[in-house]
Amino acid sequence: MQDTTKGKAVYVKWCAGCHGDGGAGDGRAAAHMLPRPRNFTGAVYKIRTTASGQLPTDADLMRAIDDGLPASAMPAWKGRLSDAERRDVAAYIKTFSSFFADTSQHVAVLKFSSEPSGGTGANALKTGRQFYDSIGCRKCHGDQGRGDGPSAPTLKDDAGFPIFAADLHQSWRFRGGGSTVDIYHRLRTGLDGTPMPSFSDLIDQKFLTDEQLWRLAQYVRSLSPPEPPEVQDVIHAPQIAGPVPASPDDSVWGRVGRYWFPLVGQVIRKSRWFAPAVSGVWVQALHDGRTLALRVSWDDRTQSPDSAWLGFEQRVLETVAGDDSGPPPPKAQPWPDQLAVQFPRHLPESPAAMERPYFLMGSETDPVYQWRWTSTPRRSVAGLARGIERFDTLPGVVAGQARFDHGEWRLVFTRALATPDTANEVQLEAGRAIPVAFFAWDGSSGEHGSRMAVSTWYFLALDRPTPPGVFISPVLAMLVTLGLGLVVVRRAQGGRRGTVRAGRQR
Amino acid sequence: MGKLGVVAATGGAVLVLALAGWMRPSVPAAQGGGTISGKVKFTGAKPAMPKIDMSEEPKCKAKYTAAPPTEETVVVNANGTLANVFVYVKSGLPATYMAPAPAGPVTLDQDGCRYHPHVFGILVGQSLAIKNSDGILHNIKAKGTKNRPFNISQPAVMTSDRTFTAPEVMVPLECNVHGWMHAWLGVLPHPFFGVSGSDGSFTIKGLPPGTYTIEAWHEKYGTQTATVTVAGSETKTADFSFAAK
Repeated sequence: MQDTTKGKAVYVKWCAGCHGDGGAGDGRAAAHMLPRPRNFTGAVYKIRTTASGQLPTDADLMRAIDDGLPASAMPAWKGRLSDAERRDVAAYIKTFSSFFADTSQHVAVLKFSSEPSGGTGANALKTGRQFYDSIGCRKCHGDQGRGDGPSAPTLKDDAGFPIFAADLHQSWRFRGGGSTVDIYHRLRTGLDGTPMPSFSDLIDQKFLTDEQLWRLAQYVRSLSPPEPPEVQDVIHAPQIAGPVPASPDDSVWGRVGRYWFPLVGQVIRKSRWFAPAVSGVWVQALHDGRTLALRVSWDDRTQSPDSAWLGFEQRVLETVAGDDSGPPPPKAQPWPDQLAVQFPRHLPESPAAMERPYFLMGSETDPVYQWRWTSTPRRSVAGLARGIERFDTLPGVVAGQARFDHGEWRLVFTRALATPDTANEVQLEAGRAIPVAFFAWDGSSGEHGSRMAVSTWYFLALDRPTPPGVFISPVLAMLVTLGLGLVVVRRAQGGRRGTVRAGRQR
Repeated sequence: MGKLGVVAATGGAVLVLALAGWMRPSVPAAQGGGTISGKVKFTGAKPAMPKIDMSEEPKCKAKYTAAPPTEETVVVNANGTLANVFVYVKSGLPATYMAPAPAGPVTLDQDGCRYHPHVFGILVGQSLAIKNSDGILHNIKAKGTKNRPFNISQPAVMTSDRTFTAPEVMVPLECNVHGWMHAWLGVLPHPFFGVSGSDGSFTIKGLPPGTYTIEAWHEKYGTQTATVTVAGSETKTADFSFAAK
């Protein structure tokens, strides 16, 4: 039994801070959020199993409450609230709109077919790609699916807030879930309240078959990794015969493991930034005993500055409040894109020591060593940061080569492992855990200065040249283990025949 | 008596039904009734409408050979009148008045990456035929608040039908692929509405006798009202005037 009185108590305690006392999506924290919290008064919901224009089912609402909405501020409440509390709050949320009480409203789950097999095969993906082009997905999502289509800078949601076309290479961030089934459902239902339409009419009118829509969903799914990236702490940089590749598109990179590091908005220092555009970076590293090559790639819809996005940038700056009592939003400017890689100046004296400078660009007394790259003018510099505000370039060089390709930056920094300025420039010793952190700015989202995306400290490890023993010792270890195992088994079997007892008597 | 009684009863029933049909206000006579007509004047400087850059859509761009397309937020006619003003009976009809929806649809055409018409009306329950003549991707989003909003995709030459369940002035329609595409739909329970055309005039026909509040709605300049009383089949005039802002 759903109890809206109890539901209200849960709502006031847990939900109203974002969604507002009256359910209009205007709670105290809402102004810092993009996407904004749901406004319940219109009963318009993105994630449904019903046709575009219909109300969601109770199960649709429960899914959003239970599992949350990925890549938004909405957490999963399953485990935090009891089953009864979640049911009651769902019932209470429905009281914000008269549509739920209107018995003439038609609410029916669409008839979804099940996924046809062969979805990862070349033919299926080719068919999917054909429909991606022919039904115009690229208009918003872009040619390669990174949300950089020609219409993308004009997009607004129903409340007039700027909205990004989804980056289809990051299915783990899809609000309605990243599985092929989820994608197919979103194609059928659309995301009401956003520019994403429903494609069900196309099937009803036989412009495409249900199977073809599935192929499109399978193609979209194929753009993201099979599993959401897991964050690992250490980037392993194998040693190669050299020289290291300076180009981001060198084929060598295709054979090097890549590591995902999530970035979050810089909300510690003013002016704070709650809507980071770069959600994370992929990092690869290589060395040849003399030089390190570090490849950073990240999704960014724009090669900033881009005049087509100035209006969008202005809307973002006006929508996302920075500080609680800050100045009015800054004017949109043609900022460049930027990326910074940060190290301590020195490795700790003892390899076991874990002390590191402050992760947020060091401090006056304990600066950090950084490589900074900007898109315009295109350059890379090395220097010391003493907090967010102060950066002094060093004469020592770091080379950077970057390429922008359909919503993705690919950047390779190269630097000598050992440099003359040992006081300021980290010496990249093989076999050590070298602290490293990343920062990214998307100029066309209004990011500049302290308005940026940040990571915490991770580690870079330059692998030593592999001594032959590395290959032999595992084999030896296996043989020894096998031998010992056999002995144990023998003795156990012998025990049944009295050998163990005999052993004890010995 | 028995036979005669049956005949009389049947006749009476037929008469009652006929009378009921005749008296139902929901079926205004196609001919007859009162008419309200007028012009929508425009005063002040005619605002310049931004040109639309259709270079991303060559198919649409090719349809404008004479002059480049402009936005249609304010369309001032050659005779100084204002087009695209939705004029309708806001009040004066019985509260429960609900005309049956006409069988034929109202058509909204997407042609040359613009909506035709830009401002129009429909009856509750009447079919809206949304036509894509361009054959390129349009999405049609209806952003009603009294009607359920919807958003459907049309990537080909095709027609989709939708209906609206509640009176609402106006339901905004838009295409998100082409951010300049906007249309406005007035959903009413009666057929007493008109839209000022290329000469600035509008006509509302077939009104039952009564005193009405007429509202003129413009997407940029807001609303104005007038009170008009019509009797019999007379024609009354109601002019409106909007000023540049």
